[in-house]
Amino acid sequence: MTTPQPAGVDSRDAWRRIRRVLTARPGGRQTGVAVLCGVLAFALVTQVHSTSAAGGGLASARPDDLLGISSDLAARADRLRAEIAALEASARRLSSATDQGAAALREVRARARALGILTGTVAARGPGIVLTITDPRASVSADLLLSAVEELRDAGAEVLQLNGVRIVAQTAFLPGPGGAVEVGGTVVSAPYRLAAIGQPRTLAGALGIPGGVLDAVAGRPGARAVVTQSPSLSVTALRAPQADRYARPAR
Amino acid sequence: MIVGLAVVVGVVLGLVLQPTVPVDLQPYLPIAVVAALDALFGGVRAWLERIFDEKVFVVSLIGNVLVAALVVFVGDKLGVGGELSTGVVVVLGIRIFSNAAAIRRHLFGA
Repeated sequence: MTTPQPAGVDSRDAWRRIRRVLTARPGGRQTGVAVLCGVLAFALVTQVHSTSAAGGGLASARPDDLLGISSDLAARADRLRAEIAALEASARRLSSATDQGAAALREVRARARALGILTGTVAARGPGIVLTITDPRASVSADLLLSAVEELRDAGAEVLQLNGVRIVAQTAFLPGPGGAVEVGGTVVSAPYRLAAIGQPRTLAGALGIPGGVLDAVAGRPGARAVVTQSPSLSVTALRAPQADRYARPAR
Repeated sequence: MIVGLAVVVGVVLGLVLQPTVPVDLQPYLPIAVVAALDALFGGVRAWLERIFDEKVFVVSLIGNVLVAALVVFVGDKLGVGGELSTGVVVVLGIRIFSNAAAIRRHLFGA
C-alpha cells in the first residue's frame, strides 16, 4: 500500500495502548465485546470443524453446488468413458495388426522353407532312392551323371545330392581332371552316390527303363550301378545362397 | 484481557463440545462468521483511531451477522443463494482487507 500516512497517526502510541490493554486487569466495561468475541471464536471453531469433518464439506454444500459438482463429475465420467472407448479401439487395431503381422511372418517363413529346399539352403528329408555307381576305370562321364540327374528330375525328384554336393538348378556338370567330374565347381570322383528325394518306386523305375541310365552305366567298361530305395532319406549337403549377378525380379 | 479470555473460552468450548451445526443453520453460519470477522476488524480499527465505542461495536457486529444471514436467506428463497452468499463473502472480504490495511498503517506506519 502506498497510501500516505494520515496526520496524527503514531504507531508507537498504538503499540503502547495495545500493551496497556493486554496487561490491564479484567474490568466490567468490556463485557459485551468479550461475550461477542467468545461467541465468534466458538462459531469459527464450530464452522471449521464441521467443514473439515463431513465429506470434505459436501455435507454442508447447498443443493445448487451439489448439482454443479454432480454434473461436473458426470461430464468427466463421460469424457473418461470416451477416452476408454478410443483406447480400446486402438488396442484392438494394434492387436489385429499384430495378428496380421504374425500371419504374414508365418507365411513368409513357410515360403522361405520351401524356397530353401528348392535352392539348397536348408537340409531336407523324405523318402527316396540312392543310386550308387562304382567306376574303377573312370569311364563314367559328366554327361552320363547329368542324364541320370535329369532322368530323376523328370520322375519328380525334389532334392538331389551327389557325393556331398547339393544339386540345384544352377549346378553344372563338367568333365574334371583324371576322369573325375566337376559338379557345381567341386571335383567329385567315383564311387558316385546320387541321393534323390521323391517317390522311390517312380524314381527307381525311371532309372531302370530299357535304354535308361542303368543300361547306359552297364555299357561303360567296369562301371556298375545299384539303386537302393529308402523310406527315409536325409539330404544334408547345403549350398550357400548366392545373389544372382544378372537376373533381377521383373515387376 | 477479558476479551482474550473470552476468545480462549470460546475456542476451548468449540473444541471440547464439537457441536453439530443444525442443518437449517448450515448455509448461514459461514456467512455469519465472516460478517462477525468484518465487524471485529472494523472494531479494532476504530479502537486504534480512538473512536471505539462498545455500543457501536456490539450493534454493528450483531447487525452485520443478521444482515448477512438475512441476505443469504432471501437469496435462498429467490434461488440465488449460492451467488448471493458469494457476493456477501466478496464484499465482506474487501472490507476486511481495507480494515486490515488501516490497522497495519496504524501499527507499522506503512
